[in-house]
Amino acid sequence: MTTATAHHDDHGHHGPAKGIMRWVLTTNHKDIGSMYLWFSFTMLFIGGAMALIIRSELFQPGMQLIEPEFFNQMTTMHGLIMVFGVVMPAFVGLANWMVPLMVGAPDMALPRMNNWSFWILPFAFGMLLLTLFTEAGAPNFGWTFYAPLSTTYAPSSVTFFIFGVHMMGISSIMGAINIVVTILNLRAPGMTLMKMPLFVWTWLITAYLLIAVMPVLAGVVTMMLMDIHFGTSFFDAAGGGDPVLFQHVFWFFGHPEVYIMILPAFGIVSQIIPTFARKPLFGYASMVYATSSIAFLSFIVWAHHMFTVGLPLETELFFMYATMLIAIPTGVKVFNWVSTMFRGSMTFETPMLFALAFVVLFTIGGFSGLMLAIAPADFQYHDTYFVVAHFHYVLVPGALFGIIAGVYYWLPKWTGNYYDEKLGKFHFWMSFIGVNVTFFPMHFIGLAGMPRRIPDYALQFADFNAIATVGAFIFGFSQLVLLYVVIKSIRGGEKATDEVWEGAEGLEWTIPSPAPYHTFAEPPHVK
Amino acid sequence: MGSHSPKEDVGKHSIKQAPKSGNTAFKLVLAAVAMFGFGFALVPLYDVFCEITGINGKITGPVERVEHWVDTSRTIKVQFITTNNAGMPWEFDALQEQVKVHPGAWTQAEFWALNPTKEDMVGQAVPSVSPSEATEYVQKTECFCFSQQSLKAGEGRNMPLIFSIDPRLPPHIRTITMSYTIFDAGAFAE
Repeated sequence: MTTATAHHDDHGHHGPAKGIMRWVLTTNHKDIGSMYLWFSFTMLFIGGAMALIIRSELFQPGMQLIEPEFFNQMTTMHGLIMVFGVVMPAFVGLANWMVPLMVGAPDMALPRMNNWSFWILPFAFGMLLLTLFTEAGAPNFGWTFYAPLSTTYAPSSVTFFIFGVHMMGISSIMGAINIVVTILNLRAPGMTLMKMPLFVWTWLITAYLLIAVMPVLAGVVTMMLMDIHFGTSFFDAAGGGDPVLFQHVFWFFGHPEVYIMILPAFGIVSQIIPTFARKPLFGYASMVYATSSIAFLSFIVWAHHMFTVGLPLETELFFMYATMLIAIPTGVKVFNWVSTMFRGSMTFETPMLFALAFVVLFTIGGFSGLMLAIAPADFQYHDTYFVVAHFHYVLVPGALFGIIAGVYYWLPKWTGNYYDEKLGKFHFWMSFIGVNVTFFPMHFIGLAGMPRRIPDYALQFADFNAIATVGAFIFGFSQLVLLYVVIKSIRGGEKATDEVWEGAEGLEWTIPSPAPYHTFAEPPHVK
Repeated sequence: MGSHSPKEDVGKHSIKQAPKSGNTAFKLVLAAVAMFGFGFALVPLYDVFCEITGINGKITGPVERVEHWVDTSRTIKVQFITTNNAGMPWEFDALQEQVKVHPGAWTQAEFWALNPTKEDMVGQAVPSVSPSEATEYVQKTECFCFSQQSLKAGEGRNMPLIFSIDPRLPPHIRTITMSYTIFDAGAFAE
């Protein structure tokens, strides 16, 4: 096998193997990072197409395009794909590419496992997507798969869904273990924990969250599997179980999961803003402590997703106040980003634009989150489009903009060429306008009472729904611009310098552009 | 695959680090396995938590009949609600909508169930108490909800509930609702 023999050569001087087997057998962190990112990008278009199907049906009241059963499958698959197939793999991809470069390591600590954790993913999602073509149809119980919808009343394809979740869980856990081991053991001499770039810090904390909660998700789907096929009754009241237990176990995973999807974006933004403000990050230590506090708090707030299931008053109050507490470390972060920019020499290249939009729009999502945290008010907001508006604000201009900002920021380092700045800015403005036109009206129709996950609605919601659909198409199709920009930058363009950005600091900017196949065979020394 | 070990892939730098990395990875795998177990441990923990706090109306029982001091100065309105879980065809009713009881007195209530189908069935009633704060003060010596109820095709039956309210019930509680939902327990027949 060519790869195997090639690896016995001197490591600094050989490139990748040729052909398709390079990608199948690779243990190189850059190859695997690229594969994660392309996988995530592909899934973005698949999950995005599903979102556009949903929005098309909701363009007008009444049922026009699809059957309600298919609508349910679309909302479920859209959610699952975007959470597990787009945001999480994109972050793992960025970590694969950038963590070794940022800490001065030659590769990830466990390269074989790295290969495996990626290659499980296409099979997991292949299995999940194939359920669309089965007679029973795809899972239709929402991405939160509440029992008994996902057990007693589930389509027979639920078993494929369960194994799909098992596989993506194993993949995430292996990825997380790899990242922790790399960060703890392979840092260059002199790089103490408190000298690590913030992206590395946020990923270290995220990886711990993943190791703590992905097994719980695996546990809850295993309980479903046993209820469905082996006659247990974890969630079936008839046999002594309790469907509310499902929600507790699910959200014990689910709430840390939402921080898994945002903490690495905090890290990316904390790299980008200092670069383009040409000032060091304001309050580095407080950023680290704030991230750790958020991670800790994420374990004790899960029941704020369940205010309406009939919790005792004391429990509601505890979860309400604990949830509101999260606003404090999050506020620390937002003010640190703003303070970093204060009196900086700012320029507004595409990564900075996305990072700025992240700060503003994520904060809007944070505020609507605070509104939802108020237990008595949540009884009105629960399961309405207000919730949809809230979590899309934190996930799309939050997590996704963070990822896109990171892609633009590091793209010249990956490809060796600057991307087309004009097209990048065009992509930004289309995305920025599209995202707000899509999701801002959802706040209003949600407050007015439109329930989520329903394919039809009352006439008074028609105008805002039509606007949201127009926005969704603008946003969706403008992502094709990103695809074009990335391909164009791979194929050529203005050669990037090693430093790439004038104000950039960190080990990743000390190596040539494009980053050679093997870097830091000799560890750099960090002062 | 090649016969080389993975650590050779990453250059000299990591070779001396590799044992340490294996160690860390092993601990993290253990942590993941432990958390998988923790997910399952949440099931009994949840039951214990509900029992202690009385959330969900999870009443432990049956209890031994203890004659309390009867507090005739207070009258508690106890309401009964019956619900059929989706798809459960039984007739299921409380024969009295509500009773007024003094805390400490033992009271019997009657429920009625009829299996109108042409098949023998097994049902299980699941109780709940509202407000949940009152749960720990509701004592039952006998309840049809303590066990599965079998009804032959077309069979109907009165089912008793014998309960008492502990006189220590907080004074602000004047009404207690006992709700029973009947499930088709055919899949879990004992």
